[in-house]
Amino acid sequence: MKILLIGHGMVGHKFLEELAQLRQPGTEVTVLCEEPRAAYDRVHLSEFFAGKSADDLSLVAPGFFEDSGFTLRLNTRAVAIDRRARTVTTAGGEVLPYDKLVIATGSVPFVPPVQGNDRADCFVYRTIEDLEAMTAAGARSRSGVVVGGGLLGLECAKALRDLGLETHVVEFAPRLMAVQVDDDGGRILRGKIEELGVRVHTGRNTLEITDGARARHRMVFADGSHLEADMIVFSAGIRPQDILARQNALAVGARGGIAVDDQCRSSDPDIYAIGECAAWRDQLFGLVAPGYDMARVAARHITGQTEVAFGGADMSTKLKLMGVDVASIGDAQGRTPDSRSFRYMDECKRIYKKIVVSADGKQLLGAVLVGNADEYGTLLQMALNRIALPADPEFLILPASDGKAKPGLGVDALPDSAQICSCNNVSKGELCAAVAGGATTLGALKACTKAGATCGGCVPLVTQVMKAEMARLGMAVNNHLCEHFPYSRQELFHLIKVGGIKSFGELIARHGKGLGCDICKPTAASIFASCWNEFVLKQELASLQDSNDYFLGNIQKDGTYSVVPRMPGGEVTPDGLIAVGQVAKKYGLYTKVTGGARVDMFGARLEQLPAIWEELIAAGFESGHAYGKSLRTVKSCVGSTWCRYGVGDSVGLAVELENRYKGLRAPHKIKFGVSGCTRECAEAQGKDVGVIATEKGWNLYVCGNGGMKPRHAELLASDLDKETLVRLIDRFLMFYVRTADRLQRTSTWRDNLEGGLDYLKNVVVQDSLGLAAELEAQMAHVVATYQCEWKTAVTSPEVRKRFRTFVNDGRPDARIVFVEERGQIRPARAEERPAAMADSTTEMAV
Amino acid sequence: MTTAPSQHWTAVCSLTDILPGTGVCALVADRHIAIFRLAGDELYAIDNIDPRSGASVLSRGLVGNLGDQLVVASPLYKNHFDLRTGACLETPEHSVRSYPVRLSGDSVMVASG
Repeated sequence: MKILLIGHGMVGHKFLEELAQLRQPGTEVTVLCEEPRAAYDRVHLSEFFAGKSADDLSLVAPGFFEDSGFTLRLNTRAVAIDRRARTVTTAGGEVLPYDKLVIATGSVPFVPPVQGNDRADCFVYRTIEDLEAMTAAGARSRSGVVVGGGLLGLECAKALRDLGLETHVVEFAPRLMAVQVDDDGGRILRGKIEELGVRVHTGRNTLEITDGARARHRMVFADGSHLEADMIVFSAGIRPQDILARQNALAVGARGGIAVDDQCRSSDPDIYAIGECAAWRDQLFGLVAPGYDMARVAARHITGQTEVAFGGADMSTKLKLMGVDVASIGDAQGRTPDSRSFRYMDECKRIYKKIVVSADGKQLLGAVLVGNADEYGTLLQMALNRIALPADPEFLILPASDGKAKPGLGVDALPDSAQICSCNNVSKGELCAAVAGGATTLGALKACTKAGATCGGCVPLVTQVMKAEMARLGMAVNNHLCEHFPYSRQELFHLIKVGGIKSFGELIARHGKGLGCDICKPTAASIFASCWNEFVLKQELASLQDSNDYFLGNIQKDGTYSVVPRMPGGEVTPDGLIAVGQVAKKYGLYTKVTGGARVDMFGARLEQLPAIWEELIAAGFESGHAYGKSLRTVKSCVGSTWCRYGVGDSVGLAVELENRYKGLRAPHKIKFGVSGCTRECAEAQGKDVGVIATEKGWNLYVCGNGGMKPRHAELLASDLDKETLVRLIDRFLMFYVRTADRLQRTSTWRDNLEGGLDYLKNVVVQDSLGLAAELEAQMAHVVATYQCEWKTAVTSPEVRKRFRTFVNDGRPDARIVFVEERGQIRPARAEERPAAMADSTTEMAV
Repeated sequence: MTTAPSQHWTAVCSLTDILPGTGVCALVADRHIAIFRLAGDELYAIDNIDPRSGASVLSRGLVGNLGDQLVVASPLYKNHFDLRTGACLETPEHSVRSYPVRLSGDSVMVASG
């Protein structure tokens, strides 16, 4: 069977993938693609301006065409179909036969028919070639206009803003995103967009485009006003590309598009149409998910599975436009007769939420969310699965107050078939099966089902399903720290902070039982330090510290310690290096440059530590906190000071950040990186906090990790000035310190965070919990009360006394023996010890 | 407490030399002995050498309880030792000796036998 596919866009390629998976023998597949490149991700097209390349956007897995045996013909446009002969003619005059023809030609941008719409530097926004042309024009423009204030138009406005242009959006309707939101929602959205520096002009009917006086073009509006700009992009909607159907007398839908049945067949049973070019029951689908469904149906039907059917699609959407959450569910406009609505509007934070319910108040029909779409997952499930609404549905959208939890969905009510993660098509049933199979943490569940792993919007719901299923299976949802405290670390933090508790004795008397252990004692010590920041070795706190914190050094396998003075940003003077070298030499220490860009000295015996530190402090050094669950290092590249590519002073910032956050105790160690340009020589995106200089300021990345399980950091905010940057880091770190589990790095914390990156952004950047001032104040307290622990330790006789090997004997531990390797010491191995010990005894005797 | 007649008590330090809730290491006839002072001034003594690493470090571990057992966690590999018996909870083959210890006036006495 010869299958011919016209169009290699997202839906076309999905069809090929389905077909390849079905592995029908004896099929010969040819694809005609009029674009010069194979299918790419048009949904994320605007990321092209944020630095993604055409290759990054490609949807074709390496080797796909080689492995499948399908033939892809680029730059080949189909111009005619001969239905009787069952052939397709290309623009080059070639005639290709088919048994089954699939049309996936997508859509074409609608360009309003106004005089001058074909002038130079007027564009549409559809293909990578369009984007390349826009980029070129952007370089010689100061201002740009997007015609169309819908979903794509706003995406496009972001692109123009990313190009550094003064950006305008012109919309014919009286509000932005007229299809998805209502008037109030549109007004809030407009405020948000304008806050970002984009000028919005609604209710403007463009009459013509002429030469401008101050810019290349002038747009003249029906109300007599005008707007000048150097480039214009039309993004005023799309029209199905159905010309081949019209030319060949195939039926078309009422609003255009190739009319198809439930099997995606056109009026000619050998011709299928899928995606944006198809009209199913007169409906057009401009979203990718229904297109994918059609691709699945068509591929299966062609290969003989006759029972498959396309059943329409839910057009609910949730997206982020220029960082603004916008979501629309079902009957967002409240068009259902007798429907009623509940609305919540916060003009300060620019948040708008509306739900539309049935006349009897029992069913959710639709919703609009602008500025914050946290409830999207819950509301969508309620609407799709016709779940009965709670008695007071308004609480579904009102902000939680007094710690009262929002009414949940009651996930028990969902059928097993309910799709929880739409990005990866994971159903409730699949999640439950994974939980039963042992995936009982959010991280594990994500890893094995991929639910919540793409956009993260469904994570709260995934968590609810997980917890409900665990409860149903009788699995204990126990997050208690240890047998002494029936609380999670986060709860304990809260108890300590709110109760003003400063000692372990008080803590265990009030909230725990027993004597404590090696789990809860260091955890409590860390929380005390984060909250009150008292000297960690003061009498009541010392006995809680892990050996490393108790002796302010990292214990090594032979019971010796390593010594790491702080070198902020990896910067050290020649005199500093000499001083470190002299100390190492004097005490016979092994020295190594660490991965964190500083010098580590190994082999110090307990009783040597105070003297070593006294000398380092005299040379101007401070504790490097290499022993603490605390800020370690801020790695930096040399930045604009020396580097010919640098755009920001990365070393200066690294030094500043390291000095600000040094000594901050946290659930685990924290590493920073600061790069002076996008070449990223400091590997900041592999750090808990990464900062990268841009032309306009600093980009802030968070929750990266190298080490055991590498994780790429995610962009939290861009183009920040230093003050804002520091403020956001303050909030981020304190939020992590408050809410993470013990020994949970930021990367795992982030993977387990309900609500994912969006939630983190909301809390840290938009202050959705109203916590920002408190977090900042807490950080300010920690910063203001910083002390070098070693300096305090060596100047306190009581503390200094603890650094002795034997309580009753001044001699060193004779069991610690070293041998030489590559000119330095190292601990003797078991088999080397007898000889080495004999040597050292002889030396002592001499 | 059964005290063998051959037992020899050695004074190693005063009680105030040990911070409550921590341990110290004493050198008694070439033995490294970890002595712990718990709240209420109870004293316990076990070998200071961690059998798993061979390092003399057990006195530097965190003390506490696991159920009814009073324990110290080795600072190196976090395995727990019963303060009363020296038994290693996770790997019994790594158990250590315990020693009688008492307070005489302000003086901490340990019997190394």
